[in-house]
Amino acid sequence: MAAASSQTLTSRSGTSAPRANRDPAVIRWTLCIIALLFLACFLFLPLAVVFVQAFSRGVGAYFSALATPESKAAIKLTLLTALIVVPANTVFGVAAAWAVAKFRFRGKSILITLIDLPFAVSPVVAGLIYVLLYGRDGWFGNFLISHGMKIIFAQPGIVLATCFVTFPFVARELIPLMQTQGTDEEYAAISLGASGWQTFWRVTLPNVRWGLLYGAILCNARAMGEFGAVSVVSGHIRGVTDTMPLHIEILYNEYNFAAAFAVASLLALLALVTLVLKTALEMTAS
Amino acid sequence: MSIAANGLRKRFGTYTALDGVDLHVPRGKLVALLGPSGSGKTTLLRIIAGLELPDPGSGRILFDGEDVTDLPTGKRRVGLVFQHYALFRHLSVFENIAFGLRVRRRRDRPPRAEIADRVRKLLSLVQLDGLGGRYPHQLSGGQRQRVALARALAVEPRVLLLDEPFGALDAKVRRELRRWLRRFHDEIHLTTVFVTHDQEEALEIADEVVIMNQARVEQVGSPQQVYDQPATPFVYRFLGSVNVLRSQALSAAGQVIGGSQSDTAGQVYVRPHDIEVIPHDEGTVGLPAILRAVHSAGPFARLTLEQVQDRGELVEAEISRAELAAKQLRVNDLVRLRLRRSRRFEDDYSI
Repeated sequence: MAAASSQTLTSRSGTSAPRANRDPAVIRWTLCIIALLFLACFLFLPLAVVFVQAFSRGVGAYFSALATPESKAAIKLTLLTALIVVPANTVFGVAAAWAVAKFRFRGKSILITLIDLPFAVSPVVAGLIYVLLYGRDGWFGNFLISHGMKIIFAQPGIVLATCFVTFPFVARELIPLMQTQGTDEEYAAISLGASGWQTFWRVTLPNVRWGLLYGAILCNARAMGEFGAVSVVSGHIRGVTDTMPLHIEILYNEYNFAAAFAVASLLALLALVTLVLKTALEMTAS
Repeated sequence: MSIAANGLRKRFGTYTALDGVDLHVPRGKLVALLGPSGSGKTTLLRIIAGLELPDPGSGRILFDGEDVTDLPTGKRRVGLVFQHYALFRHLSVFENIAFGLRVRRRRDRPPRAEIADRVRKLLSLVQLDGLGGRYPHQLSGGQRQRVALARALAVEPRVLLLDEPFGALDAKVRRELRRWLRRFHDEIHLTTVFVTHDQEEALEIADEVVIMNQARVEQVGSPQQVYDQPATPFVYRFLGSVNVLRSQALSAAGQVIGGSQSDTAGQVYVRPHDIEVIPHDEGTVGLPAILRAVHSAGPFARLTLEQVQDRGELVEAEISRAELAAKQLRVNDLVRLRLRRSRRFEDDYSI
């Protein structure tokens, strides 16, 4: 049986399928061209336009647009937010996935639904939730004001909103992976005398390391690009509570297209780096 | 080390997995827990391992008389082997086997050189010398299961518990590996319990077979005992093929069963090879039947017979091919059947 299945594999991985299984050349080329045209119109062209527009006033204008104090502050805030949110959601995600995939308990399906909630809720609504909770007239508003703490229209609010929106990425990546891996390896480790902590660090975590990294990368991409939720809680104070996406919008609304696209190109570049990392990761993992 | 359990009960929600199960595994024996899926055999093994707890207040698990019911798995010193091996996929074979030693607290941990030495010895014990550097995905199923065994043995367990250890292997490797396990057990004499749904496997290698069905133990005994003297209709059906005949049909036919015979209602269980087929002759006593088909491909001839009375119910008999030739039996011949060894069960004792 093993021999038979390996034969099928080699014939599949061969460069050409049997003639009878191939469509006529016209159809193949038409389908390819349609797909490529679609990609060009909706993906490559917009991306190219971002960079063309960014450099439309020359390289000097490009870098001076990035070097303004507001732009620098926006870049810093975006990086700071990602730096807090990604590790936090990685820890939350691992904990949630571990609980869901490896244990039996009441209310598990409710927990799974809750994890997905940020994907189901519009980011604007997510932002509003935080305004209602921590805003001046919100539930905890009085308490926060009397203790001199500011969350809404300040950086903590931006971090909280981003955290909420990007919460599912790591957990969603890990849950199916951990579920297919089952619990036998953990039981084996425990029967060999490993503690729960040792089992987690030596067995569970190494088994999901690629999935975890992949989830963290996606989480990072979204954390840097999040607009809706952050827009609601930020208050758009230039140089203080503007993240890169918000800053781009402001510049654009001020008809400062070159500067807007310069910052946008930086964000696009970050996204491209993320994608390259993700692809490299997939290649290493397989 | 011996294992004892009494009155174990386990429910998962409304599902009863174990319903008052007693078990005794003598020191140094190889014991099979045999039963169809859902019979509770795996739950019983997991309770012995400490991966599940019996329902509160039901029964206790004793290792050599010592109560281990509340002892966590890691402290019971049991070696566990799983159906799908459960090897640590990111670790080499060497590191898999060394795992149990490496996770020990510093003061209990053997020095590096000693660990390496023990792993090498275990590798040679399971006949995998030189494969320490491989990763689990580079090994065949049989090799992986032997790595799992070596890994379990590394911590010097008091008992070895195997959950369907050959279940994921193909037929030929399965037969080889189970014979190897038997020889291996004869060398190391470690008290071993293994779960299986494969009758042939249990009867071939176990010292003692515990047959389970629907959360209860049906019968315990040596392979010979459970095969020759099944205690319940279930065991009869589960271990090999069986004919079920109405007791009244037999008594109507006269002295059919060897030994005593009663007229009471009930069902008589008889294995195909315990049926004697006699060509019909005036005055022969036996259950009248007509030979309907003969399948003689194989070491024995399988005869399909239709009873003359009793709604023409079919009976399967198994005789040697030499006997078939000597008696000159042909399809559609009238024959008489006698039972060498059989057992009658009351009607209400149904399964």
